[in-house]
Amino acid sequence: MIRILHKTNINFIKLRHVFFAISGIVVLAGIVSLSVKGINLGLDFTGGTLMQVKFDKPVEIGALRSALDAAKVETSIQGFSGENAYAIKVKGTQENVNEKANQIIAALKTIQGASFTEEKRDYVGPVVGRDLAKKALFAIVLSMFGIIIYVAFRFSNPIWGAAGVIGLLHDVFVALTAMSLTNREIDLVIVAAFLTIAGYSINDTIVIFDRMRENMRNYPKMQLGELINFSVNECLSRTIITTFTVFITVLVLYLLGGRAINNFAFAMLIGTITGVYSTIALCTPMVYQWERRNK
Amino acid sequence: MKKTTHWKLGLTLGLTILSVWLLYPSVEWYTKPADERAKLEAVRERPKRMLNLGLDLRGGTHMLLELEVEKLDKKEKLNDAITRAIEIIRNRIDQYGVGETPISRQGERWISVDLPGISNTEEAENLIGKTALLEFRLVDTSPEAEKALSKISDLTDSPFDKDGKLVPEIAKLMPKNTALFKASSGEESSRAKYYVLSSSVGITGAYLENAKVSTDSQFGYPNISFTFNKEGGKIFERYTGENIGKYLAIVLDGVVHSAPVIKSRIGGGSGVIEGSFTMEEARNLSIILRAGALPAPVRIIEKRVVGPGLGEDSIKKGVSAMGIAFLLVVLFMIVYYKGGGFIADIALFLNFVLLLAAMSYFSATLTLPGIAGMILSLAMAIDANVLILERMREEMALSKPVAMIIPTGYDKAWSAILDSNVTTWIAAVFLFQFGSGPVKGFAVTLTIGLLIGMFTSVFVTRAIYEFLLTSNPKELSI
Repeated sequence: MIRILHKTNINFIKLRHVFFAISGIVVLAGIVSLSVKGINLGLDFTGGTLMQVKFDKPVEIGALRSALDAAKVETSIQGFSGENAYAIKVKGTQENVNEKANQIIAALKTIQGASFTEEKRDYVGPVVGRDLAKKALFAIVLSMFGIIIYVAFRFSNPIWGAAGVIGLLHDVFVALTAMSLTNREIDLVIVAAFLTIAGYSINDTIVIFDRMRENMRNYPKMQLGELINFSVNECLSRTIITTFTVFITVLVLYLLGGRAINNFAFAMLIGTITGVYSTIALCTPMVYQWERRNK
Repeated sequence: MKKTTHWKLGLTLGLTILSVWLLYPSVEWYTKPADERAKLEAVRERPKRMLNLGLDLRGGTHMLLELEVEKLDKKEKLNDAITRAIEIIRNRIDQYGVGETPISRQGERWISVDLPGISNTEEAENLIGKTALLEFRLVDTSPEAEKALSKISDLTDSPFDKDGKLVPEIAKLMPKNTALFKASSGEESSRAKYYVLSSSVGITGAYLENAKVSTDSQFGYPNISFTFNKEGGKIFERYTGENIGKYLAIVLDGVVHSAPVIKSRIGGGSGVIEGSFTMEEARNLSIILRAGALPAPVRIIEKRVVGPGLGEDSIKKGVSAMGIAFLLVVLFMIVYYKGGGFIADIALFLNFVLLLAAMSYFSATLTLPGIAGMILSLAMAIDANVLILERMREEMALSKPVAMIIPTGYDKAWSAILDSNVTTWIAAVFLFQFGSGPVKGFAVTLTIGLLIGMFTSVFVTRAIYEFLLTSNPKELSI
């Protein structure tokens, strides 16, 4: 039998202040980053036009910028290395479908020596952007509530549900921070990634809670701190193996999945790591902290 | 062997065979060369129950249209109007000859249209976005009207402001019961740019029976000839009879295409719309006239176009990434858990096949995030097996007999598997509200994937272990 871990006996509860400090610092850094750099909201929510074009010959991004500047179109340009492809974005309220797109095409046609093909064109009107933002917020808030209610019901203890949800919020927040730090855009697909991170994080927490519930029944006299440590250690090899399989899957997606899915994979990569961390380092110690205070 | 084991294995085998049978049309379809598929699609020979590729994977155009409710006829109810608009748009697209095009209502007054394979959207926009309201109105040739028109030609700007209303200095010149209409753009010099028309409508396109492309007998320009139905023919005959000598403007979507003089009473209920159409325009116009007018104008509020090259690229990369990830996980499981890992891999493979089959059965659409959802559900299924196998190892460490290890492992792992799947499922379900598009694809694959994953990773693997137990093994390879 191959084993990654033999019986471990790590005292996670004793380390809880270290964990709380680490998370505190990360969350603080996140707050600073989000308030300084802000969130790079995608077209889905701001509305606007995106065009992705591919040139048949290498074209400098400077040439694109000066062509678009000459046409007085205010855009942000993103290049995809090694592919001669560029994404050109004009965010904001635009009432007419092809207005900006036609301006961009006309400007790009002035670039000499290379022709381009349109790979992608998105137009999101202002009403739709607002609608999608509303739906995204709804999806996130409602699913959190759904999860709290379910966990509270299954473990007949709202504290456990709340601890699980704090962990999940922590993970989504860390992923959001990572997106902000790397200037990646938050679009609809990233909302899906956030919900997946939430689901994955709570999944991980529940496995440990489940073990705690079982051990409480089996060893009713055991102290809570000892019980939590015992349960987390018992589950540790499972936690590591599962995380490892998910992690390599997402890593492959990140490295080879193509640019369309790259941001999604990036968010998931962060979420996978913090999902496990929050279970061991936040959710279970939080339950301990809470129960001890109430004694 | 216990009877229940028989039953479980039988069910598993049955479902596998059913899945292969359900998948067959999809496999057959996607192994055909692309041009043959396109041909079959045009004649609607596409199998019904099969896996669809989303627009992000196969290329195409997605549009969201808003019906301008304010311009609806007061008598028409919103629900009826939307249903009618959807029907008319579908009719137009059908006549245009595109394959399956999902059209659906979204929210209160939005219509979502997907046009797979079409990335030249200008044509699509013209086809769908045109109201196609055909009207016949008399031209006002009174001196007052002439005066208003000459004043307009002195203006440097358009006589309409940005809300489409007449600017005041023109409005006060307009004769009573008239309205100003733009002329279709043709050869600028030879045509009037604006017409003053009577505000009452002689007859509308609602009475049209047919419209088709014809060519001008003198110069061979494309025209559109139309025929009214019986009732419309009668109205048209009476109307032209009453107005001999006057000019009759043919107005399509608020633009005057021609204004011939009525030489005599027109019987038989047919006529010709002349204008400087290209062949393509004439064809598309006759299509939308045949399909009927929309109850109110529509506005495009969202448009997403993916070119065919990008879709192909995404699918190649997505599939190869998935294949590699799959392989890595499968290998890892066998190396780490040996026999137990192999059984988990069988379940994983079965999970994959059942998931694709279920999606084919529901004619679900696979999008790029859908592939991600699939990978996630497979990862959750593996997690379930890891939970079970770890429990079994714990039981084994207590040196229990094999016949005890298996049921205890499953029983103890079950509550964690159930709870974790349900919570992920709760998160997925709320994504369904995104009516269409990639995110919904994610929700679909994740939701179906989780259900099937529970079945294969718990039910199927257990059946296999129970089958192995019948030979009374002394050890378990996990």
